[in-house]
Amino acid sequence: METYWQEQGRIFDIQKYSIHDGLGIRTIVFLKGCPLRCRWCCNPESQDYAVQTMRLPGQAAKSVGRDVTVQEVMEEVMKDRPYYTRSNGGLTLSGGECLMQPDFSAALLRAAHAQGINTAIETTAFAPYETMEKLLPYLDYCLMDIKHMDSGKHREFTGQPNERILENAFRVASSTNVKLSIRVPVVPPFNGTVEEITEIARFAERLPGVRELHLLPYHRLGQDKYAGLGRTYALEQLEPPTQGMMQKLLEAAQQFNLECQIGG
Amino acid sequence: MDHGYTEYIEKSDRIPRLISHLFEKMPAIEADRAVLITQSYRETETEPVIMRRAKAFEHILKYIPIVIRPEELVVGSATIAPRGCQVFPEFSFEWLESEFDTIATRDADPFSISEDTKRSLHEVFQYWKGKTTSELATSYMAPQTLIAIEHNMFTPGNYFYNGVGHVTVSYDKVLRIGYEGIIQEAQAALDQMSLGDAEYSKKSQFLQAVMISCQAAIQYAYRYSELAAREAEQCTDSVRRAELIQISQNCAKVPAKGATSFYEACQSFWFVQMLLQIESNGHSISPGRFDQYMYPYYKKDLDSGRITREFAQELMDCIWVKLNDLNKARDHASAEGFAGYGMFQNLIAGGQNGDGEDVTNDLSFMSIQACMHVMLPQPSFSVRVWNKTPHEFLMRAAELTRTGIGLPAYYNDEVIIPALMNRGLTLQDAREYNIIGCVEPQKAGKTEGWHDAAFYNMCRPLELVFHNGMDEGVKVGIDTGNVEDMETFDAFYDAYKKQNHYMLSLMVNADNAIDVAHAERCPLPFLSSMVEDCIGRGKSVQEGGAVYNFTGPQGFGIANMTDSLYAIKTLVYDQKKVTMAEYKEAMDHNFGRQLSPEDAAEITKALARRLVDQEVEVDEERIREIYQVAKANGVPEEKRLKYEALRAMIEEVPKYGNDIPEVDQFARDVAYTYTKPLEQYRNPRGGWYQAGLYPVSANVPLGAQTGATPDGRYAHTPVADGVGPASGRDVHGPTAAANSVAALDHAIASNGTLFNQKFHPSALEGTEGLSKFVALIRGYFDQKGMHMQFNVVRRETLLDAQAHPENYKTLVVRVAGYSALFTTLSKSLQDDIIRRTEQGI
Repeated sequence: METYWQEQGRIFDIQKYSIHDGLGIRTIVFLKGCPLRCRWCCNPESQDYAVQTMRLPGQAAKSVGRDVTVQEVMEEVMKDRPYYTRSNGGLTLSGGECLMQPDFSAALLRAAHAQGINTAIETTAFAPYETMEKLLPYLDYCLMDIKHMDSGKHREFTGQPNERILENAFRVASSTNVKLSIRVPVVPPFNGTVEEITEIARFAERLPGVRELHLLPYHRLGQDKYAGLGRTYALEQLEPPTQGMMQKLLEAAQQFNLECQIGG
Repeated sequence: MDHGYTEYIEKSDRIPRLISHLFEKMPAIEADRAVLITQSYRETETEPVIMRRAKAFEHILKYIPIVIRPEELVVGSATIAPRGCQVFPEFSFEWLESEFDTIATRDADPFSISEDTKRSLHEVFQYWKGKTTSELATSYMAPQTLIAIEHNMFTPGNYFYNGVGHVTVSYDKVLRIGYEGIIQEAQAALDQMSLGDAEYSKKSQFLQAVMISCQAAIQYAYRYSELAAREAEQCTDSVRRAELIQISQNCAKVPAKGATSFYEACQSFWFVQMLLQIESNGHSISPGRFDQYMYPYYKKDLDSGRITREFAQELMDCIWVKLNDLNKARDHASAEGFAGYGMFQNLIAGGQNGDGEDVTNDLSFMSIQACMHVMLPQPSFSVRVWNKTPHEFLMRAAELTRTGIGLPAYYNDEVIIPALMNRGLTLQDAREYNIIGCVEPQKAGKTEGWHDAAFYNMCRPLELVFHNGMDEGVKVGIDTGNVEDMETFDAFYDAYKKQNHYMLSLMVNADNAIDVAHAERCPLPFLSSMVEDCIGRGKSVQEGGAVYNFTGPQGFGIANMTDSLYAIKTLVYDQKKVTMAEYKEAMDHNFGRQLSPEDAAEITKALARRLVDQEVEVDEERIREIYQVAKANGVPEEKRLKYEALRAMIEEVPKYGNDIPEVDQFARDVAYTYTKPLEQYRNPRGGWYQAGLYPVSANVPLGAQTGATPDGRYAHTPVADGVGPASGRDVHGPTAAANSVAALDHAIASNGTLFNQKFHPSALEGTEGLSKFVALIRGYFDQKGMHMQFNVVRRETLLDAQAHPENYKTLVVRVAGYSALFTTLSKSLQDDIIRRTEQGI
């Protein structure tokens, strides 16, 4: 076995039979650690690279995060190969941010490709392009978040500016064979207006080869986890966008030459 | 294959009206058949049994009341009351007499019964004392077997108290040559024999019995022809009058002669289907490959412009409704095991022909359409899946799954065909298989498969290991020594295998005794006329007339057994965290489980009353004390905590259903302890035993008779259903559960395996959702899984249906190998269905 199979990384979950995130039946590997601190994040346990303890109501305290080798992860991933084959599914890296562990992520994708398994990542794209480049040779599909076109507002709600993200989007789109789709988490006080979504869609349309734009309505399924980690949830009072509102935003995005949908 | 078949067809207005008529009232028990068969039997006491059966059938069909229900296009009803049932005293009757006053109000499958009916039945039952198959079977059984049955080690009750059923006859033959053609065949066979043949007397009686039975069926159809003609005369509505005239013409022609149109074929099919269920009360009379044997008639009519697809669909819908008109009353215990008025008339679509070509056709799609139109539990609808099954066919089947009706069940040709060939079927026959009842594959018109021969609870022999062969103070099993003294896991496992093997031999003894009783007391000449090679061999299927003969008892509880053995191995032998003595003690005390406040209150009340009767003074404080002891099940607090701690430890041990190779390998081996030893046994018809792995719904009532098991399962709670993981123990989603189940050797369980999954509707949303669902089935089947079926319903819906049954009269759910009306199931079975893990959010 080649050495990259022994590459180590830190993950916090492996989820089988994921059918609402991309092509076919997929297995999602969640990596630990993220450079962003989105206020609405539904996986707050993914943000810190350190192994943490989470206490959810009615459950025993649970340690979040474990160190594994590519080989160990692939043993789990391979178990569902018959379903990938039948559905054109495969492996998806999510997080956290897989670009925070580029060597591990690249090795995972490479191992999957070596086994003939389709690969995807869900990414914030917040990393130097050279880091992204490490993954691209082994990547089939990149689901990239563009959260806001205004860098100031982006920084306010996620902790980081957006210039590098926009640049990466452009470079990934124009320089590889990777299929790129743009995803927008729709969070009302942050980007929930027709103008803001229009700006994002306008940008997405200009990216070479990008066909799809997904609007993902904010939900608060992650709320309990904040308390479980001893943190406070900043959006306590926030209501998820209504269906009518999502529809309006969808129509705004559809003005552009893009296939738009609500949900992943 | 034609195209255009994928078009949806609208439902005719007639169908909902037929359905509401059928489901207006609680089904009733009628006495006519029981009275008529008794009259006939009294007249034929000196004659051979086969002739008595034929003459009784003839007598019944001549005089049993007949009815054409409003707006029916396909006619023939076994009872005057919709969904009513006749009585079959020749198999057993005592249970019914003892339930006369409770059957209308019981929890599972109630039937109304009038005082007149009770009187008539009571009168004829006098005749049958000592003459039933069940009484004869009992006298054929070994004493050890009777003890084992009494202790619920296994339950051969299905055929012990009823007809066998579980067959698919040659519908195609009746469609082709009619009963007149079959009579000619029998006559020719008779003519060929010489009076000097050693077997002349028996064979000639059989052949004459066949002819009498077939003639009786023809005459019965004529009665319908006349009735329809009479009703037509009186009918003022010209449209309905024309329909009645057509019905009259159909019944004058079929099933006497071969069918010449699709409509005649439908009518002919229906007479076969319902008459089989008047001759005997065996259930699982399965129409099988309806889309195949009906297709030539449909195609010819369609090509010549004699029929529209819409009318063909309406006729099929009418048959689908009629399949719900047939019903069967069972004793209280069996009603729980087959809950939901199960008739298990399995009808299958798609698959390949004898030459290995895919033969999915227009009628395959229309069969799915019919299920969507009627949305009823019958037929038990199945589809065959193989590598060449058209994707659009599976997509349509998945759409039916999405309705939540629990249909269809999906079957894997790629496993079933070799499995059947391994049992001696030819390649051609194996490719033409269909499913009987719940999940049992066989070749139509050639097989007497005895598919539901017994329920075998695999957990019970384990209890015997823990008590050295004793059950409730009686020696039921064999000596395997003190469980505390077993030094290695292998010694322990070996003891299980010994107890298990001994029980299997007793189960075989029971089944063979019942088999002989049916041959001697209830051979079925009418059914035999449509099964090869009965006419050639001159004997009934019950006496070994069929080409293929099997006995298929089904084992269940694989998940509990796997988890139990794995927990014992891990905790007692590998990690030595607990001794066997401690384990046994905890199990004997049901892991310290406290009683519910209601149960504890009941016990307290009973005890207090007894104390008062004994003139002991009982004050409030005493009552409180009794209540505390009752609630703790008589276990002191300190012990209780210890037992609970053990159970918590057990919960940490890996479980079957999570795609963990070393656990699943164990499951494979556990299944072998049932499937392999059975292969050595033979039945009295000259055939072999073959195992099934499925419980129908018996995992609930039979679980109620099972003590605590080492996997941490509490006493008297359900055992795991089918070959799936124990309720709630699979926590890694549907693919992980399916991979675990696929780790079993399904091909050796050639009497069928059953894998239930429950999905949330969101998992099947849109074309993409359906497509991924189909991929899940394909992926499981690629790994040699045999069968898969689904409940797609929200948990909240089921809970609401429990609370407000009146709003959910027609909510159909998948139980186990069949679908049933949710509200007709007992509370405990409803709970079991709700508990099964819901996948796909």
